[in-house]
Amino acid sequence: ICRLKVIWDLIGNKSFCSYKVKTKTQQFCRNEYNITGLCNRSSCPLANSQYATVREEKGLCYLYMKVIERAAFPARMWEKVKLDRNYAKALEQIDENLIYWPRFIRHKCKQRLTKITQYLIRIRKLTLKRQRKLVPLSRKVERREKRREEKALIAAQLENAIEKELLDRLKQGTYGDIYNFPIHAFDKAMEKQEEETESEEEEEEDEEESGTREFVAEDEFEESDLSDFEDMNNLKGSSDEEEDAEDQSSEEEETEEELEEEKTKAKSKGKTPLKGPIRKKRAYVEIEYEQETEPAQKSKAT
Amino acid sequence: MKTIKPDEAPVQEMEQAEIEVTENKSESGACFPPTFSVSEIKNKQRRHAMFLKLKEEKRKQKLELKKKKKKERKALGDQAPPKEVPKTIENQRIYDETTVNPEDEEVAFDEGTDEFSAYFNRLTNPKVLITTSDRPRGRTVRFCEQLATMIPHAHVYYRRGLALKRVIPQCISRGFTYLMVINEDRKVPNGLVLCHLPDGPTAHFKVSSVRLRKEMKRRGKDPTEHVPEVILNNFTTRLGHSIGRMFAALFPHDPQFVGRQVATFHNQRDFIFFRFHRYIFKNEKKVGIQELGPRFTLKLRSLQKGTFDSKFGEYEWVHKRHEMDSSRRKFHL
Repeated sequence: ICRLKVIWDLIGNKSFCSYKVKTKTQQFCRNEYNITGLCNRSSCPLANSQYATVREEKGLCYLYMKVIERAAFPARMWEKVKLDRNYAKALEQIDENLIYWPRFIRHKCKQRLTKITQYLIRIRKLTLKRQRKLVPLSRKVERREKRREEKALIAAQLENAIEKELLDRLKQGTYGDIYNFPIHAFDKAMEKQEEETESEEEEEEDEEESGTREFVAEDEFEESDLSDFEDMNNLKGSSDEEEDAEDQSSEEEETEEELEEEKTKAKSKGKTPLKGPIRKKRAYVEIEYEQETEPAQKSKAT
Repeated sequence: MKTIKPDEAPVQEMEQAEIEVTENKSESGACFPPTFSVSEIKNKQRRHAMFLKLKEEKRKQKLELKKKKKKERKALGDQAPPKEVPKTIENQRIYDETTVNPEDEEVAFDEGTDEFSAYFNRLTNPKVLITTSDRPRGRTVRFCEQLATMIPHAHVYYRRGLALKRVIPQCISRGFTYLMVINEDRKVPNGLVLCHLPDGPTAHFKVSSVRLRKEMKRRGKDPTEHVPEVILNNFTTRLGHSIGRMFAALFPHDPQFVGRQVATFHNQRDFIFFRFHRYIFKNEKKVGIQELGPRFTLKLRSLQKGTFDSKFGEYEWVHKRHEMDSSRRKFHL
């Protein structure tokens, strides 16, 4: 008689319902045809003979209806109606299908439809935007990489490599004239020159020290006292080259960056004969010549 | 040892019985090389003892060999054969066919016509846009700022959820040459996407061990606005070469030597270490360097032709762990 009332008495309150989920404040119904999701007398699909829900499958909304006439046929109990994709039309369809049904069910069905369409729209929007892809890290690989990195760091010896590179660049001269470190490098260069005597190295741009009479003296020596010196050969050779170089250098006007290199030539320039043959090996750093005055002095000498 | 001794005797007899007579047994007669291995002894204690003895012997032999060699060396004096070079991973590296020969014309031609040729022919000046992934945390933000102080003409912009594909055309229209995106994971930067803009290659790196400026010990003052020099070390293969050029094109051409700053990208075993130093020449044989600036290490994950397009882009090189990490002596950069 009051079958439904009995059912509800049992599953709702007194006895057990397998779809019921109880929390501190509320009771939920896990039944998939439940329209609100709460466990209520009016929302229970088992305790109501006339019931309807809206459910969504693969982006399409369906209206499910249950009537008492089919209560005896569980296989055919739920009638499935496909709703239109258009929201307004779907609402009309619901109204049309549930025309003489209780207000509560109609209202809840429409609410559910609204919610469903909203979240479907959101899904579509999100797929268009950039999606963050989570790439899982393998712990073993990470650990291995970390260890390899540490070892590579030790093997790299970064400080040494950087210092070496910087010194190489300094030697090559990429820094130009900014740093003046004449002595050592040019000692080495000097030794090389003694062996090779390249003509290129004898470009000379020299500054004149004020009051160095030696220049004049040098010319005299070349003319007269050649035979007196043991190192005459070297001198002569170098002075000849110097003269050539002077011509070249007077033609070329270069920067005075190569002062330091020329200081080494100063030795071969023959300053030393003034001071004696012994001095030839020393003191090459001191005398500096100026390019412009050379020809003038030459004319003086002659 | 008392318990072991009586056991040793029968064992030794067994060994001596089995052994074929060999000469030159100058070492202790305790263990002749047995024809059975130590592992065949079932008793654990005895096995252990035998093993220890075996090891001891080996060690002694090694020592003796060393001593002999040393003596020979001394005896020969100058004529001694040169010391053998110890094997290192770099020595044993499997030769890569794509190693660039400095005189290679084909490479030179390629480099003359690739996407960086515009930079290397001094047609363009670098301008870098630095950004992060969504919602960067403090460390990443500070890292970006420090990067921007080091790289001249660099600007930091917040991402604010923009899609990179839309960002790129805008960058191009505003004349940027580089887009740098620092990816963040768990409040720490862990990835770098470096995209050369007028349809240049895109490189994706894994970033590790980031040290910000305040974490560095004995660091100098903040870097100035001078253009730093660039040092690229050890980029030997074709791939390494192209990555090296990518890094070089980040910085303007003419370094201001007055500033005495140098940025170093050093490749070692496929890890690229980045350092930023200030140097000073004490004399022409010694230089002192002081580290400013952040440091980090990069590992190349993929190189893609064209600007950033992860789905449809054409990848020139992708790091595939199973194929490429199988040998410990094979490196790709």
